[in-house]
Amino acid sequence: MPAALEVDHLTKRFGRTPALDNVSAAIDAGAAVLLLGPNGAGKTTLLRCAATLLKPSRGRVRIAGLDPVTDGAAARRRLAVLGHESFLYADLTAAENLAFYARLYRVTDAVARVETLLDRLGLRGWAHRPVRTLSRGLVQRCAVARVLLHDPSLLLLDEPFTGLDADARALLCSVLREAHAHGTAVLMSTHELALGTALCQRALILAGGRLVWDGPVGPGDADRLDGELRRLSGRVAA
Amino acid sequence: MFAILWKDLRIELRTKETFAAFLLLGLLTLVVLSFAFDPTSALREAAAPGVLWVAVIFAGTLGMNRSLLREREADCLQGLLLAPVDRGSIYLAKTAGNLLVMAAAQVVLVPIFVFFFNLPLWLTIARLTPVILLGLLGFAAIGTMFAAVSLRTRAREVMLPLLVLPLAAPLIIAGIQASAALMAGNDLSAVAHWLNLLAAFDAVFLVVGWLAFEYVMEE
Repeated sequence: MPAALEVDHLTKRFGRTPALDNVSAAIDAGAAVLLLGPNGAGKTTLLRCAATLLKPSRGRVRIAGLDPVTDGAAARRRLAVLGHESFLYADLTAAENLAFYARLYRVTDAVARVETLLDRLGLRGWAHRPVRTLSRGLVQRCAVARVLLHDPSLLLLDEPFTGLDADARALLCSVLREAHAHGTAVLMSTHELALGTALCQRALILAGGRLVWDGPVGPGDADRLDGELRRLSGRVAA
Repeated sequence: MFAILWKDLRIELRTKETFAAFLLLGLLTLVVLSFAFDPTSALREAAAPGVLWVAVIFAGTLGMNRSLLREREADCLQGLLLAPVDRGSIYLAKTAGNLLVMAAAQVVLVPIFVFFFNLPLWLTIARLTPVILLGLLGFAAIGTMFAAVSLRTRAREVMLPLLVLPLAAPLIIAGIQASAALMAGNDLSAVAHWLNLLAAFDAVFLVVGWLAFEYVMEE
Protein backbone atom coordinates (compact mmCIF):
# COMPACT_ATOMS: atom_id res chain seq x y z
CA MET A 1 0.00 0.00 0.00
CA PRO A 2 1.49 3.42 -0.92
CA ALA A 3 2.24 5.91 1.86
CA ALA A 4 -0.66 8.25 2.67
CA LEU A 5 1.77 11.14 2.17
CA GLU A 6 5.28 11.22 0.88
CA VAL A 7 7.42 14.34 0.54
CA ASP A 8 10.71 13.90 -1.19
CA HIS A 9 13.46 16.57 -1.02
CA LEU A 10 10.74 19.18 -0.66
CA THR A 11 11.91 22.78 -0.87
CA LYS A 12 9.67 25.82 -0.87
CA ARG A 13 10.95 29.36 -1.24
CA PHE A 14 8.96 32.59 -1.03
CA GLY A 15 11.08 34.89 -3.14
CA ARG A 16 14.56 34.31 -1.77
CA THR A 17 13.34 33.20 1.65
CA PRO A 18 13.40 29.43 2.11
CA ALA A 19 10.39 28.20 4.11
CA LEU A 20 11.20 24.51 3.61
CA ASP A 21 14.63 23.15 2.83
CA ASN A 22 15.03 19.67 1.41
CA VAL A 23 12.47 17.94 3.63
CA SER A 24 11.87 14.23 3.07
CA ALA A 25 9.38 12.14 5.05
CA ALA A 26 6.67 9.58 4.55
CA ILE A 27 3.45 9.08 6.51
CA ASP A 28 2.25 5.49 6.26
CA ALA A 29 -1.37 4.73 5.55
CA GLY A 30 -3.27 4.85 8.84
CA ALA A 31 -0.39 6.47 10.82
CA ALA A 32 -0.87 9.47 13.13
CA VAL A 33 2.04 11.89 13.08
CA LEU A 34 2.62 15.08 15.02
CA LEU A 35 4.28 17.96 13.20
CA LEU A 36 6.12 20.25 15.60
CA GLY A 37 8.49 23.14 15.49
CA PRO A 38 9.00 26.70 16.70
CA ASN A 39 7.10 29.54 15.03
CA GLY A 40 8.34 30.04 11.47
CA ALA A 41 9.74 26.52 11.28
CA GLY A 42 7.77 25.74 8.12
CA LYS A 43 4.97 23.59 9.56
CA THR A 44 2.12 25.42 7.81
CA THR A 45 4.10 25.58 4.56
CA LEU A 46 4.68 21.82 4.71
CA LEU A 47 0.97 21.21 5.36
CA ARG A 48 0.00 23.56 2.50
CA CYS A 49 2.41 21.84 0.10
CA ALA A 50 1.00 18.46 1.19
CA ALA A 51 -2.52 19.81 0.63
CA THR A 52 -1.60 20.83 -2.96
CA LEU A 53 -2.29 24.47 -2.08
CA LEU A 54 1.35 25.45 -2.61
CA LYS A 55 3.53 24.31 -5.46
CA PRO A 56 6.96 23.12 -4.27
CA SER A 57 9.96 25.07 -5.54
CA ARG A 58 11.83 21.75 -5.69
CA GLY A 59 11.12 18.16 -4.78
CA ARG A 60 7.83 16.36 -4.96
CA VAL A 61 4.75 15.43 -2.99
CA ARG A 62 2.81 12.18 -3.37
CA ILE A 63 -0.62 11.60 -1.86
CA ALA A 64 -1.52 7.90 -1.69
CA GLY A 65 1.00 7.41 -4.47
CA LEU A 66 -0.61 10.08 -6.65
CA ASP A 67 1.25 13.07 -8.04
CA PRO A 68 -0.87 16.22 -7.45
CA VAL A 69 0.69 17.84 -10.53
CA THR A 70 -0.68 15.23 -12.91
CA ASP A 71 -3.52 13.76 -10.80
CA GLY A 72 -4.64 16.84 -8.89
CA ALA A 73 -8.34 16.01 -8.49
CA ALA A 74 -7.72 12.35 -7.58
CA ALA A 75 -5.06 13.34 -5.03
CA ARG A 76 -7.28 16.04 -3.49
CA ARG A 77 -10.18 13.59 -3.18
CA ARG A 78 -8.05 11.55 -0.74
CA LEU A 79 -7.16 14.36 1.63
CA ALA A 80 -8.86 16.84 3.90
CA VAL A 81 -7.54 19.93 5.64
CA LEU A 82 -8.65 21.35 8.96
CA GLY A 83 -6.90 24.64 9.57
CA HIS A 84 -7.21 27.88 11.51
CA GLU A 85 -10.14 28.83 9.28
CA SER A 86 -13.29 26.78 8.87
CA PHE A 87 -13.70 27.13 5.05
CA LEU A 88 -17.43 27.51 5.81
CA TYR A 89 -19.70 30.12 4.24
CA ALA A 90 -21.01 32.41 6.95
CA ASP A 91 -24.32 33.06 5.18
CA LEU A 92 -25.15 29.38 4.70
CA THR A 93 -26.36 27.14 7.50
CA ALA A 94 -24.22 24.33 8.88
CA ALA A 95 -26.34 21.78 6.99
CA GLU A 96 -26.16 23.78 3.73
CA ASN A 97 -22.37 24.09 4.02
CA LEU A 98 -22.01 20.35 4.53
CA ALA A 99 -24.41 19.58 1.67
CA PHE A 100 -22.39 21.91 -0.59
CA TYR A 101 -19.08 20.22 0.23
CA ALA A 102 -20.71 16.79 -0.11
CA ARG A 103 -21.72 17.75 -3.67
CA LEU A 104 -18.21 19.03 -4.44
CA TYR A 105 -16.72 15.71 -3.28
CA ARG A 106 -19.51 13.71 -4.92
CA VAL A 107 -20.27 11.91 -1.69
CA THR A 108 -22.64 9.01 -2.29
CA ASP A 109 -25.83 9.26 -0.27
CA ALA A 110 -24.84 12.78 0.75
CA VAL A 111 -28.03 13.53 2.70
CA ALA A 112 -27.57 10.55 5.01
CA ARG A 113 -23.86 11.29 5.45
CA VAL A 114 -24.57 14.91 6.39
CA GLU A 115 -27.25 13.83 8.87
CA THR A 116 -24.90 11.26 10.43
CA LEU A 117 -22.11 13.81 10.90
CA LEU A 118 -24.47 16.47 12.25
CA ASP A 119 -25.54 13.96 14.90
CA ARG A 120 -22.01 12.70 15.60
CA LEU A 121 -20.64 16.23 16.08
CA GLY A 122 -23.58 17.33 18.22
CA LEU A 123 -24.72 19.90 15.68
CA ARG A 124 -28.32 18.76 15.29
CA GLY A 125 -29.74 21.73 17.19
CA TRP A 126 -27.72 24.22 15.17
CA ALA A 127 -27.90 22.60 11.75
CA HIS A 128 -30.27 25.16 10.28
CA ARG A 129 -28.69 28.30 11.68
CA PRO A 130 -26.34 30.42 9.56
CA VAL A 131 -22.71 29.71 10.40
CA ARG A 132 -22.32 33.46 11.06
CA THR A 133 -24.44 33.04 14.22
CA LEU A 134 -22.54 30.06 15.65
CA SER A 135 -19.84 30.17 18.33
CA ARG A 136 -16.21 29.38 17.49
CA GLY A 137 -16.55 25.93 19.03
CA LEU A 138 -19.64 25.08 16.98
CA VAL A 139 -18.05 26.39 13.80
CA GLN A 140 -15.01 24.18 14.44
CA ARG A 141 -17.28 21.17 15.00
CA CYS A 142 -18.94 21.92 11.69
CA ALA A 143 -15.47 22.22 10.08
CA VAL A 144 -14.61 18.78 11.50
CA ALA A 145 -17.80 17.39 9.95
CA ARG A 146 -16.74 19.00 6.65
CA VAL A 147 -13.36 17.24 6.61
CA LEU A 148 -14.88 13.85 7.46
CA LEU A 149 -17.64 14.07 4.81
CA HIS A 150 -15.78 12.27 2.04
CA ASP A 151 -13.98 9.79 4.28
CA PRO A 152 -10.44 10.98 3.43
CA SER A 153 -7.41 8.72 3.69
CA LEU A 154 -5.22 11.61 4.89
CA LEU A 155 -6.17 14.33 7.38
CA LEU A 156 -3.96 17.42 7.51
CA LEU A 157 -4.61 19.37 10.70
CA ASP A 158 -3.12 22.79 11.36
CA GLU A 159 -3.69 23.85 14.99
CA PRO A 160 -7.11 22.19 15.16
CA PHE A 161 -7.59 22.87 18.90
CA THR A 162 -7.22 26.66 18.69
CA GLY A 163 -10.11 28.48 20.35
CA LEU A 164 -11.93 25.35 21.48
CA ASP A 165 -13.29 24.83 24.99
CA ALA A 166 -12.63 21.62 26.96
CA ASP A 167 -15.78 19.84 25.72
CA ALA A 168 -15.08 20.71 22.09
CA ARG A 169 -11.46 19.52 22.48
CA ALA A 170 -12.60 16.23 23.95
CA LEU A 171 -15.09 15.77 21.12
CA LEU A 172 -12.46 16.61 18.47
CA CYS A 173 -10.01 14.13 20.06
CA SER A 174 -12.63 11.41 20.08
CA VAL A 175 -13.60 12.06 16.45
CA LEU A 176 -9.93 12.07 15.38
CA ARG A 177 -9.33 8.79 17.24
CA GLU A 178 -12.31 7.27 15.44
CA ALA A 179 -11.06 8.46 12.06
CA HIS A 180 -7.59 7.12 12.84
CA ALA A 181 -8.99 3.78 14.00
CA HIS A 182 -10.91 3.69 10.73
CA GLY A 183 -7.59 3.82 8.83
CA THR A 184 -7.26 7.54 8.15
CA ALA A 185 -3.69 8.84 8.33
CA VAL A 186 -3.24 12.06 10.32
CA LEU A 187 -0.56 14.73 10.11
CA MET A 188 -1.19 17.30 12.82
CA SER A 189 0.57 20.52 13.64
CA THR A 190 -0.23 21.75 17.14
CA HIS A 191 1.24 23.54 20.12
CA GLU A 192 -0.97 21.43 22.41
CA LEU A 193 1.66 18.78 23.05
CA ALA A 194 -0.31 16.77 25.62
CA LEU A 195 -3.25 16.39 23.20
CA GLY A 196 -0.94 15.77 20.26
CA THR A 197 1.11 13.06 21.96
CA ALA A 198 -2.08 11.40 23.20
CA LEU A 199 -3.30 11.11 19.60
CA CYS A 200 -0.11 10.46 17.61
CA GLN A 201 2.56 7.75 17.65
CA ARG A 202 5.29 9.63 15.84
CA ALA A 203 6.55 13.20 15.67
CA LEU A 204 8.45 15.24 13.12
CA ILE A 205 10.19 18.38 14.28
CA LEU A 206 10.98 21.17 11.85
CA ALA A 207 13.34 24.04 12.57
CA GLY A 208 14.34 26.72 10.10
CA GLY A 209 12.59 24.82 7.30
CA ARG A 210 14.58 21.61 7.90
CA LEU A 211 13.47 18.31 9.36
CA VAL A 212 15.61 18.01 12.48
CA TRP A 213 13.94 15.20 14.43
CA ASP A 214 11.80 12.21 13.50
CA GLY A 215 10.90 9.62 16.10
CA PRO A 216 8.24 7.78 18.07
CA VAL A 217 6.20 9.56 20.75
CA GLY A 218 3.61 8.51 23.30
CA PRO A 219 1.24 10.02 25.86
CA GLY A 220 4.03 10.71 28.37
CA ASP A 221 6.33 12.54 25.97
CA ALA A 222 4.84 16.04 26.05
CA ASP A 223 7.44 17.44 28.48
CA ARG A 224 10.35 15.86 26.62
CA LEU A 225 9.11 17.32 23.31
CA ASP A 226 8.48 20.68 24.94
CA GLY A 227 12.10 20.76 26.14
CA GLU A 228 13.32 19.82 22.69
CA LEU A 229 11.23 22.59 21.12
CA ARG A 230 12.46 25.17 23.64
CA ARG A 231 16.03 24.16 22.86
CA LEU A 232 15.37 24.54 19.13
CA SER A 233 13.57 27.89 19.60
CA GLY A 234 16.58 29.18 21.52
CA ARG A 235 18.93 27.95 18.82
CA VAL A 236 16.85 29.54 16.04
CA ALA A 237 16.57 32.84 17.96
CA ALA A 238 20.32 32.83 18.61
CA MET B 1 -19.52 23.69 -11.40
CA PHE B 2 -23.28 23.70 -10.75
CA ALA B 3 -22.75 23.10 -7.03
CA ILE B 4 -20.60 26.25 -6.82
CA LEU B 5 -23.02 28.28 -8.96
CA TRP B 6 -25.97 27.10 -6.88
CA LYS B 7 -24.13 27.96 -3.65
CA ASP B 8 -23.27 31.46 -4.95
CA LEU B 9 -26.84 32.14 -6.06
CA ARG B 10 -28.23 30.89 -2.75
CA ILE B 11 -25.92 33.21 -0.79
CA GLU B 12 -26.73 36.09 -3.15
CA LEU B 13 -30.47 35.55 -2.79
CA ARG B 14 -29.99 35.63 0.98
CA THR B 15 -27.67 38.65 1.24
CA LYS B 16 -28.25 40.51 -2.06
CA GLU B 17 -24.82 42.10 -1.50
CA THR B 18 -23.47 41.86 -5.05
CA PHE B 19 -26.84 42.62 -6.64
CA ALA B 20 -27.22 45.72 -4.48
CA ALA B 21 -23.68 46.85 -5.38
CA PHE B 22 -24.34 46.41 -9.13
CA LEU B 23 -27.72 48.08 -8.95
CA LEU B 24 -26.95 51.05 -6.73
CA LEU B 25 -23.73 52.05 -8.46
CA GLY B 26 -25.32 51.57 -11.88
CA LEU B 27 -28.29 53.64 -10.82
CA LEU B 28 -26.12 56.43 -9.41
CA THR B 29 -24.03 56.56 -12.59
CA LEU B 30 -27.16 56.69 -14.74
CA VAL B 31 -28.70 59.49 -12.68
CA VAL B 32 -25.55 61.60 -12.56
CA LEU B 33 -24.78 61.22 -16.26
CA SER B 34 -28.36 61.73 -17.40
CA PHE B 35 -28.46 65.06 -15.54
CA ALA B 36 -25.15 66.07 -17.10
CA PHE B 37 -26.85 66.65 -20.46
CA ASP B 38 -29.42 69.29 -21.40
CA PRO B 39 -32.77 67.44 -21.86
CA THR B 40 -33.47 69.30 -25.11
CA SER B 41 -30.02 68.78 -26.58
CA ALA B 42 -29.36 66.33 -29.43
CA LEU B 43 -26.10 65.52 -27.63
CA ARG B 44 -28.11 63.79 -24.90
CA GLU B 45 -29.55 61.33 -27.40
CA ALA B 46 -26.14 60.69 -28.92
CA ALA B 47 -24.59 60.12 -25.49
CA ALA B 48 -27.28 57.69 -24.31
CA PRO B 49 -25.53 54.43 -25.37
CA GLY B 50 -22.29 55.60 -23.76
CA VAL B 51 -24.10 56.45 -20.52
CA LEU B 52 -25.69 52.99 -20.40
CA TRP B 53 -22.38 51.19 -20.91
CA VAL B 54 -20.49 53.38 -18.46
CA ALA B 55 -23.13 52.51 -15.84
CA VAL B 56 -22.90 48.79 -16.68
CA ILE B 57 -19.10 48.69 -16.60
CA PHE B 58 -18.58 50.83 -13.48
CA ALA B 59 -21.19 48.92 -11.51
CA GLY B 60 -19.84 45.61 -12.83
CA THR B 61 -16.29 46.38 -11.72
CA LEU B 62 -17.38 47.05 -8.15
CA GLY B 63 -19.76 44.09 -7.95
CA MET B 64 -17.19 41.69 -9.37
CA ASN B 65 -14.87 42.42 -6.45
CA ARG B 66 -17.63 41.58 -3.95
CA SER B 67 -18.37 38.17 -5.45
CA LEU B 68 -14.76 36.98 -5.08
CA LEU B 69 -14.24 38.64 -1.68
CA ARG B 70 -16.95 36.36 -0.30
CA GLU B 71 -14.57 33.45 -0.92
CA ARG B 72 -11.93 35.05 1.29
CA GLU B 73 -14.12 35.03 4.39
CA ALA B 74 -13.08 32.05 6.54
CA ASP B 75 -10.69 31.14 3.70
CA CYS B 76 -13.50 29.50 1.71
CA LEU B 77 -11.41 29.85 -1.45
CA GLN B 78 -8.99 27.31 0.03
CA GLY B 79 -11.93 25.01 0.58
CA LEU B 80 -12.83 25.29 -3.10
CA LEU B 81 -9.22 24.81 -4.22
CA LEU B 82 -8.90 21.70 -2.05
CA ALA B 83 -11.97 20.10 -3.62
CA PRO B 84 -11.46 17.48 -6.32
CA VAL B 85 -12.86 19.70 -9.06
CA ASP B 86 -11.16 21.16 -12.10
CA ARG B 87 -10.11 24.67 -11.14
CA GLY B 88 -11.37 25.90 -14.52
CA SER B 89 -14.83 24.81 -13.39
CA ILE B 90 -14.54 27.10 -10.37
CA TYR B 91 -13.84 29.98 -12.77
CA LEU B 92 -16.79 29.08 -15.02
CA ALA B 93 -19.12 28.85 -12.01
CA LYS B 94 -18.00 32.22 -10.64
CA THR B 95 -18.34 33.78 -14.11
CA ALA B 96 -21.85 32.35 -14.55
CA GLY B 97 -22.82 33.64 -11.10
CA ASN B 98 -21.52 37.13 -11.89
CA LEU B 99 -23.28 37.10 -15.26
CA LEU B 100 -26.62 36.16 -13.69
CA VAL B 101 -26.39 38.79 -10.97
CA MET B 102 -25.33 41.50 -13.46
CA ALA B 103 -28.15 40.48 -15.81
CA ALA B 104 -30.63 40.67 -12.92
CA ALA B 105 -29.41 44.20 -12.16
CA GLN B 106 -29.89 45.16 -15.83
CA VAL B 107 -33.54 44.10 -15.62
CA VAL B 108 -33.97 47.10 -13.31
CA LEU B 109 -31.34 49.44 -14.79
CA VAL B 110 -32.34 49.31 -18.47
CA PRO B 111 -35.97 50.43 -17.92
CA ILE B 112 -34.67 53.29 -15.73
CA PHE B 113 -32.21 54.22 -18.49
CA VAL B 114 -35.09 54.14 -21.02
CA PHE B 115 -37.13 56.42 -18.74
CA PHE B 116 -34.30 58.94 -18.22
CA PHE B 117 -33.56 59.20 -21.94
CA ASN B 118 -37.21 59.13 -23.01
CA LEU B 119 -36.88 56.09 -25.27
CA PRO B 120 -39.58 53.60 -26.35
CA LEU B 121 -39.51 50.97 -23.55
CA TRP B 122 -40.22 47.60 -25.18
CA LEU B 123 -38.55 48.42 -28.48
CA THR B 124 -35.35 49.53 -26.76
CA ILE B 125 -35.31 46.49 -24.48
CA ALA B 126 -35.95 44.10 -27.38
CA ARG B 127 -33.20 45.64 -29.48
CA LEU B 128 -30.57 46.03 -26.78
CA THR B 129 -31.00 42.66 -25.04
CA PRO B 130 -28.64 40.63 -27.31
CA VAL B 131 -25.95 43.34 -27.19
CA ILE B 132 -26.18 43.72 -23.41
CA LEU B 133 -26.12 39.96 -22.81
CA LEU B 134 -23.06 39.47 -25.02
CA GLY B 135 -21.37 42.45 -23.37
CA LEU B 136 -22.17 41.21 -19.86
CA LEU B 137 -20.86 37.72 -20.66
CA GLY B 138 -17.54 39.13 -21.87
CA PHE B 139 -17.31 41.48 -18.94
CA ALA B 140 -18.10 38.70 -16.46
CA ALA B 141 -15.44 36.51 -18.12
CA ILE B 142 -12.68 39.11 -17.91
CA GLY B 143 -13.83 40.62 -14.61
CA THR B 144 -13.97 37.29 -12.79
CA MET B 145 -10.49 36.35 -13.94
CA PHE B 146 -8.96 39.67 -12.87
CA ALA B 147 -10.96 39.80 -9.64
CA ALA B 148 -9.22 36.50 -8.83
CA VAL B 149 -5.84 37.99 -9.82
CA SER B 150 -6.38 41.06 -7.64
CA LEU B 151 -7.81 39.04 -4.73
CA ARG B 152 -4.40 38.62 -3.10
CA THR B 153 -3.21 42.15 -3.77
CA ARG B 154 -3.45 44.78 -1.09
CA ALA B 155 -5.01 47.50 -3.28
CA ARG B 156 -7.50 45.18 -4.98
CA GLU B 157 -10.27 47.81 -5.30
CA VAL B 158 -7.86 49.91 -7.38
CA MET B 159 -6.19 47.00 -9.13
CA LEU B 160 -9.35 45.50 -10.61
CA PRO B 161 -10.42 48.51 -12.74
CA LEU B 162 -6.80 49.14 -13.72
CA LEU B 163 -6.49 45.58 -15.01
CA VAL B 164 -9.95 45.16 -16.49
CA LEU B 165 -10.84 48.46 -18.16
CA PRO B 166 -7.98 48.57 -20.70
CA LEU B 167 -8.58 44.96 -21.70
CA ALA B 168 -12.34 45.48 -21.86
CA ALA B 169 -11.96 48.44 -24.26
CA PRO B 170 -12.91 46.42 -27.40
CA LEU B 171 -15.99 45.12 -25.57
CA ILE B 172 -17.01 48.60 -24.43
CA ILE B 173 -16.50 50.11 -27.89
CA ALA B 174 -18.41 47.30 -29.62
CA GLY B 175 -21.21 47.54 -27.06
CA ILE B 176 -21.57 51.29 -27.43
CA GLN B 177 -21.41 51.22 -31.23
CA ALA B 178 -23.93 48.39 -31.53
CA SER B 179 -26.27 50.01 -29.00
CA ALA B 180 -26.07 53.38 -30.78
CA ALA B 181 -26.91 51.82 -34.14
CA LEU B 182 -29.82 49.81 -32.70
CA MET B 183 -31.21 52.80 -30.81
CA ALA B 184 -31.04 54.79 -34.05
CA GLY B 185 -33.48 52.30 -35.58
CA ASN B 186 -31.17 49.86 -37.36
CA ASP B 187 -31.94 46.17 -37.13
CA LEU B 188 -29.64 43.46 -35.78
CA SER B 189 -28.17 42.59 -39.18
CA ALA B 190 -26.75 46.12 -39.42
CA VAL B 191 -24.69 45.55 -36.26
CA ALA B 192 -23.74 41.94 -36.96
CA HIS B 193 -20.04 42.84 -37.12
CA TRP B 194 -20.17 44.37 -33.63
CA LEU B 195 -22.09 41.37 -32.29
CA ASN B 196 -19.51 39.05 -33.86
CA LEU B 197 -16.74 41.03 -32.20
CA LEU B 198 -18.52 40.75 -28.83
CA ALA B 199 -19.07 36.99 -29.31
CA ALA B 200 -15.41 36.49 -30.27
CA PHE B 201 -14.28 38.53 -27.24
CA ASP B 202 -16.52 36.42 -24.98
CA ALA B 203 -15.22 33.14 -26.41
CA VAL B 204 -11.56 34.18 -26.16
CA PHE B 205 -11.76 35.38 -22.56
CA LEU B 206 -13.90 32.46 -21.39
CA VAL B 207 -11.33 30.00 -22.78
CA VAL B 208 -8.36 32.02 -21.48
CA GLY B 209 -9.97 32.33 -18.03
CA TRP B 210 -10.86 28.63 -17.90
CA LEU B 211 -7.29 27.62 -18.85
CA ALA B 212 -5.47 30.25 -16.79
CA PHE B 213 -7.48 30.06 -13.55
CA GLU B 214 -5.36 27.20 -12.21
CA TYR B 215 -2.24 29.37 -12.51
CA VAL B 216 -3.99 32.50 -11.26
CA MET B 217 -4.92 30.63 -8.06
CA GLU B 218 -1.41 29.37 -7.44
CA GLU B 219 0.47 31.17 -4.70
